[in-house]
Amino acid sequence: MAILVFVETQDGKYKKAGLEAVSYAAQMNAGEVTALSIGEHEGIDAIAKIGASTLVALPDMGHFDAQKVSSVISQVASTLNVDTVVISNSYAGKDLAPQIAGQLNASLATNVVSLPNAEGEITRGVYSGKAFAQVKLNGTKKVLAITPNSFDIIDNNKSAALKEMDVTISEGRVVLKELKKVTGKIPLTEAEVVISGGRGLKGPENWGLVEDLADELNAATACSKPVSDMEWRPHSEHVGQTGITIKPNLYIAIGISGAIQHLAGVSSSKTIVVINKDPEAPFFKAADYGIVGDAFDVIPKLTEALRNN
Amino acid sequence: MSVVPDTTTKIAFTDNDTKFNTDGVTFIVNPYDELALTKGLEIAEANGGTVTVCHVGTSSSDAAIRKALSIGAGEAIRIDAEPLDSQFVASQIAPIAKDYDMVITGRESIDYNGGAVCGLLGAELNWPSVNVVTEIAVADGKATIEHDIDGGREELEVTLPLVVSAQKDLCEPRIPNMKSIMQARMKPLNVVPAIEVTQQSEYKTYDLPPAKQGVKLIDANDPAALVEMLKSEKII
Repeated sequence: MAILVFVETQDGKYKKAGLEAVSYAAQMNAGEVTALSIGEHEGIDAIAKIGASTLVALPDMGHFDAQKVSSVISQVASTLNVDTVVISNSYAGKDLAPQIAGQLNASLATNVVSLPNAEGEITRGVYSGKAFAQVKLNGTKKVLAITPNSFDIIDNNKSAALKEMDVTISEGRVVLKELKKVTGKIPLTEAEVVISGGRGLKGPENWGLVEDLADELNAATACSKPVSDMEWRPHSEHVGQTGITIKPNLYIAIGISGAIQHLAGVSSSKTIVVINKDPEAPFFKAADYGIVGDAFDVIPKLTEALRNN
Repeated sequence: MSVVPDTTTKIAFTDNDTKFNTDGVTFIVNPYDELALTKGLEIAEANGGTVTVCHVGTSSSDAAIRKALSIGAGEAIRIDAEPLDSQFVASQIAPIAKDYDMVITGRESIDYNGGAVCGLLGAELNWPSVNVVTEIAVADGKATIEHDIDGGREELEVTLPLVVSAQKDLCEPRIPNMKSIMQARMKPLNVVPAIEVTQQSEYKTYDLPPAKQGVKLIDANDPAALVEMLKSEKII
């Protein structure tokens, strides 16, 4: 038995979600774990200590082209004869996982939030966070895309070897014209803390309140559907059933009433804090902590308290 | 396209949590698929061409398929089978899709959230596939695409044939009018049998997220108390 993990990197650093994938693979206890990175990486120690026995470090392939990258991962998976490919459920991972499954004729599960149980079944998020399903994967080969922030990175204090491997890199069919990177921002799906604003903030000009609080907590910012519909904030920040589903350790909702569609996208957050001036807001029923009060009064005080702490 | 429970649906399960409880549930065209369809119509109108809606499901989906026809698709193909998982769906669609220039799917269905059909079709048809597309224009057999990536967006150029998946910003969904609803009744809805494929996964049971223990309220005049609590619980 063997497992291959694709570790995503950003600016030469392993992404947290990539390390979570390696740690997940190690915790499967289903054989040797090989990590695969593409382009500049941080070396083997960081992935070795969490349980990978080998790092296959492939050269930079230029612009991320899901088909090119997936065919390379599939080649390595075939050469190593692995049973399972583990990948993070990021945008890149969501692009790669189905292609790898198709190329390897493997069974695919995305949004995975559990290790396989004794019967080999995994749990995956369904109904946009409103429910979970136990799924049995029938194939002898499997591709698992795991949800960020679902698994701890566990230090096993091991060491690994670096391995070189020759792969054939196919000609890309997608031409990059322009890259618009949002720099310095924490990706919403990977953020440990998310501060989210709703209609209660009355207008885009008041988002400084959300951003100041987010700065104190090193948090990503998000918003409700009406806020993105009114174009106060970009759609990429919209969390909820038709936006992004997130799973941070801490979710702070400001001026969001908590419609069922919004709750779907955020209810997997470990701790939820709701700040709303309406004591009847349904969100309080889904919260761990609540403050019934005016955001314009409460948030500056909260930010101040964090700054002084 | 997929047919999914309305976004306001309270999710519940029956038969020892093995089946989705459809009692009182309104089924709709998957919201991302409405965007995919609208964009398909815009591209067909700009380049000359037709749009076909393809769905894997039983006759219970026919009302939603008529809705898609009333939005403007010229015809519909329903592959007559329960959609078992995304791999099953992609395998059913691929032999039909291969005769078209382009396939647009939704980013994901809001029930199973697999988000995989676009990539699976790319692999199966050996076509380029681009996920979570926020803008697309087609001219002279080439598509210019903007799509979401981790931490940003990028602009791409790809030669057709091509499969893409629709993300929210792509367009505003078209709303059918009385005339288009009447016309949709006359449009062809072809039902074809499913092909034999290996079943890659089985959905066994479902459960709901654990309910919260109840909210701890903090005095609005003392938000510092919240900071203390979050610290003592090691949340921050």
